[in-house]
Amino acid sequence: MDKFETLTGVAAPMPLVNIDTDMIIPKQFLKTIKRSGLGVNLFDEMRFDRQGNEIADFVLNKPAYRNAEILVAGENFGCGSSREHAPWALLDFGIRCVISTSFADIFYNNCFKNGILPVVLDQAQVDVLMKEAEKGENARITVDLEAQEISTSEGEVFSFQVDAFKKKCLLEGLDDIGLTMEKGASIDAFEATAAQARPWV
Amino acid sequence: MSPKTLYDKIWDAHVAHEADDGTCLLYIDRHLVHEVTSPQAFEGLRMTGRKVRKPELTIAVPDHNVPTTPGREDPKNMTEDSAIQVAALDKNAKDFGIHYYPVSDIRQGIVHIVGPEQGWTLPGMTVVCGDSHTATHGAFGALAHGIGTSEVEHVLATQTLIQKKSKNMKVEITGKLRPGVTAKDITLSVIGKTGTAGGTGYVIEYCGEAIRDLSMEGRMTVCNMAIEGGARAGLIAPDEKTFDYVKGRPHAPKGAQFEAALAWWKTLYSDDDAHWDKVITIKGEDIAPVVTWGTSPEDVLPITATVPAAADFEGGKVGAAQRSLDYMGLTPGMPLSDIEIDTVFIGSCTNGRIEDLRAAAEVLKGKKVKVKRAMVVPGSGLVRAQAEEEGLADIFKEAGFEWRLAGCSMCLAMNPDQLSEGERCASTSNRNFEGRQGYKGRTHLMSPAMAAAAAVTGKLTDVREMM
Repeated sequence: MDKFETLTGVAAPMPLVNIDTDMIIPKQFLKTIKRSGLGVNLFDEMRFDRQGNEIADFVLNKPAYRNAEILVAGENFGCGSSREHAPWALLDFGIRCVISTSFADIFYNNCFKNGILPVVLDQAQVDVLMKEAEKGENARITVDLEAQEISTSEGEVFSFQVDAFKKKCLLEGLDDIGLTMEKGASIDAFEATAAQARPWV
Repeated sequence: MSPKTLYDKIWDAHVAHEADDGTCLLYIDRHLVHEVTSPQAFEGLRMTGRKVRKPELTIAVPDHNVPTTPGREDPKNMTEDSAIQVAALDKNAKDFGIHYYPVSDIRQGIVHIVGPEQGWTLPGMTVVCGDSHTATHGAFGALAHGIGTSEVEHVLATQTLIQKKSKNMKVEITGKLRPGVTAKDITLSVIGKTGTAGGTGYVIEYCGEAIRDLSMEGRMTVCNMAIEGGARAGLIAPDEKTFDYVKGRPHAPKGAQFEAALAWWKTLYSDDDAHWDKVITIKGEDIAPVVTWGTSPEDVLPITATVPAAADFEGGKVGAAQRSLDYMGLTPGMPLSDIEIDTVFIGSCTNGRIEDLRAAAEVLKGKKVKVKRAMVVPGSGLVRAQAEEEGLADIFKEAGFEWRLAGCSMCLAMNPDQLSEGERCASTSNRNFEGRQGYKGRTHLMSPAMAAAAAVTGKLTDVREMM
């Protein structure tokens, strides 16, 4: 997994609430057995018509946002299916950070496994960043994970919360399976105790 | 000892390691696997030379993209990309030595129907699957939730998940339900009240007389949609109905082991003075047969209501409601019961069990469908066989329904069962998102009885008028 330390980039505004994982990556693209290459299908049904032509007024098709690295989105982003294809598609497109007032639980966790930082801010702060994002490519937003701060090109700074373990994994690009396997002795001990307590499992 | 909720008890029994910051390794008792969210996880194991730590606790079944028409045992009758995913699951199950139900096996079906049916799902367990509707298994008093593919790989390799504990929410449905009101109406009404983000950060325990009165099938329907309310999991405390359902299932404990298990299962309830971070109470008698009108599961109204206007909402929901109305092709003020339906879909992990088919068949008996197409997709091969034995299949076929093989089918439309542009569907599934059942398809969620009623009249219909 790629590390996430700091990021300064264009933020695309997506004020719609409840952007679900079916919108982020429609199911016809889930038939892959790979993690890569999904960026061209990100937001497919909002981004392209049935003939594959770009829908001009969709935000990521506008010249200012074609290289966006940050999304500022309405509440409950990533609701619905557990498909990790959603963060894979975002990452493959180049999005490394999503900012919203809330995220669906599974999507939120999936982001951290893929080097994407989901940031929760309150409504007033998201409103400021949404306005900032609407200014286009001149208004770059900076995300500093170590400092847990987001700053606008106007100099406004918002701090955010992130779980310490998740932060460490992102900052260092850690493989959490490897970290868990280092605790193999604890798992062995648990299994031995559980085999006595709940032998029917 | 301090009082605990059911969630606290199951959690405490499964913590294999706790770090100073509260990050835990939660031990997983059952890992269910399907063809769409697992190939990359197995590939990850191969690339790192890791093994499946507990293959005997891992159960695989293809369900998401398999066709539901005859001849599907032959990969030539699948689309090429579906066949590749199913072949990958075949190979992964074999290579890693995990339990497997291929499409040719009568026990094949939707993973969340197969697990309980085969007795893999038991009270007090932790159950995960790379599918958000894993919440279904919570009906047994099991802590069950969906995970992403990276977490699937993590569970395969370590039999644990890295977790922090969620908060406790109690959803109590008091008293009795009125006639024509079902588990689906309960679970949709709860989401209508809390919103799709109302459960974020919580594990919900459903309780109250109306929940206790539900069958195991009904309880699975309620827990199934906990995720639609944003919760990590939904739970119902196990009781005699649960124990009766489990007893004798192929993978349930037998004899003295069953008795030992039962003794522990009977301790799995929330203590009277346990702490709840949030409590929602709904009177059972206030719940009506409901349908969704929009493109979020929270867009729920009684069938007797009219289509709302965007101005009826606040904040970001105003724009979302207008977008939903445009997408669904609906005019504010129109009675919901005037909405004409093209297609009816009965099935899914929400409503693909025997009781669901019985409820739909009860409405359809001796009647004909008035819609362009109607489809029943049983949740498993065994549900299908039982429905045939009970004569339900004949009722469906005589009414004009297609009688399909088991799978997820049009719930997520990964296989050929899809809506076309503008096609409007009365569906017993769980999501009405844009494009969910097919590009620009329009979905109204409801109970099996309500979907059957819509099939008969060609419009969204109050099933109580047909009772």
